[in-house]
Amino acid sequence: MNKIAVIDYGMGNLHSVAKALEHVGRELDEQVEVIVTADANVIAGADRVIFPGVGAIRDCMAEILRLDVGQIVKDAIQTKPVLAICVGMQALMNTSEENGGVKCLGFLDGEVRYFGDDLRDGDGLRLKVPHMGWNQVSQTIDHPLWKDVPDNSRFYFVHSYYVRTQQQGMVSGVSRYENDFVATLADNNIFAVQFHPEKSQTVGLTLLHNFLLWDGTV
Amino acid sequence: MALAKRIIPCLDCENGRVVKGVKFLDIRDAGDPVEVSKRYCDAGADEITFLDITASHEGRETTVFTVEAIAGQVFIPLTVGGGIRTLEDIRTMLNAGADKIGINTAAVVNPEFVREAAERFGSQCIVVAVDAKRVSINDESPKWEIFTHGGRKPTGIDAIEWVKRMVSFGAGEILLTSMDRDGTKSGFDLELNREVSRAVQVPLIASGGVGNLQHLVEGVLEGEADAVLAASIFHFQEYSIQEAKQYMAAKGIEVRL
Repeated sequence: MNKIAVIDYGMGNLHSVAKALEHVGRELDEQVEVIVTADANVIAGADRVIFPGVGAIRDCMAEILRLDVGQIVKDAIQTKPVLAICVGMQALMNTSEENGGVKCLGFLDGEVRYFGDDLRDGDGLRLKVPHMGWNQVSQTIDHPLWKDVPDNSRFYFVHSYYVRTQQQGMVSGVSRYENDFVATLADNNIFAVQFHPEKSQTVGLTLLHNFLLWDGTV
Repeated sequence: MALAKRIIPCLDCENGRVVKGVKFLDIRDAGDPVEVSKRYCDAGADEITFLDITASHEGRETTVFTVEAIAGQVFIPLTVGGGIRTLEDIRTMLNAGADKIGINTAAVVNPEFVREAAERFGSQCIVVAVDAKRVSINDESPKWEIFTHGGRKPTGIDAIEWVKRMVSFGAGEILLTSMDRDGTKSGFDLELNREVSRAVQVPLIASGGVGNLQHLVEGVLEGEADAVLAASIFHFQEYSIQEAKQYMAAKGIEVRL
């Protein structure tokens, strides 16, 4: 039995990610159980952990602190593969400039920045914020989660803030919106994605499939 | 490497079936929404919009089951709109598997509802749907007014002012339908789309009037829309999603092929 815990700290709708994991799990030989929970014991007993996040970082961090989700994630990071999605990825960083500046968990070194109000592409055309829709991700390292995902595949994004880090060795994928930005990070048994794999059709499901089989090593 | 312009097929549904009205009348049947959604997803649709036009309470329960069934099989973003009036309606649809919620009439009745919804569920899932009709005549500078109740009720509200206000209240995206063009197959109201797109920071979905693939191209290049929505040209298989994308790509538009 492959047990996947999706950490539920009350922020947004985890139906999509759970459904996508169940869908992918049905195609595997082993039985997959997906549990949406905030229970520290249940998460400690899982084989793999998903750390999602949606909405504003201030509200997310408030719930993370209130429910002691930080400690749960910290424990998970020490023992098993962890996939952080969207604001879940952002919450792992040191700080975010959203909501006037919010201190985050600091498990990965870097900060979360706003795209800006007057973005332009290479031709001078205006770019909207949030960055919403399908953008290409260039894979900057080989990683088990990229297996069978063609380089420069398009994933579904929806966000106004992005991760910036000096730790270039941690960056596993980049995308471009006016400038290059970090689309994914990889640090030992953590993989973090700014896009939504559960909404990215075939390539997203392939990435989730890879996560279900990942042993946390690179 | 750039963000793709999106193609969004729209499923107008009544009592669990896909229908599409012409100028909101003359309804034809186009099939089972779960089958239709799956077909579009496999064909490369970038999102699905499910618009519920069911009036009855019993019918709306059917809608929740339908949304659940679609969400279990379609792994691209799903927007659900039509008859959303309360935070509880939004929660029900999100729990059923919707990713974004379209709010139309309820926003006009109570604009604060949009603010509350964005604060509670996040701007990323709040799409304000706007039905606009040109009210300027001849030589006057162009002007559009918001209509509600499926386009039957004028409000006296200026469309450009309205979208700015909705975005300031937390709308994460605007779905703009031209009432003059909807169902006519004569193309988007490009001037309306351009004015709205330039007035707001958030993405714009152009809707109403698509009759051929060139209309989709014009919506992006001249209407400055970030996404184009169409129903009948896809439902009745006049064009496939792939044909639409190939056509747009050939005209220099970035799409997900």
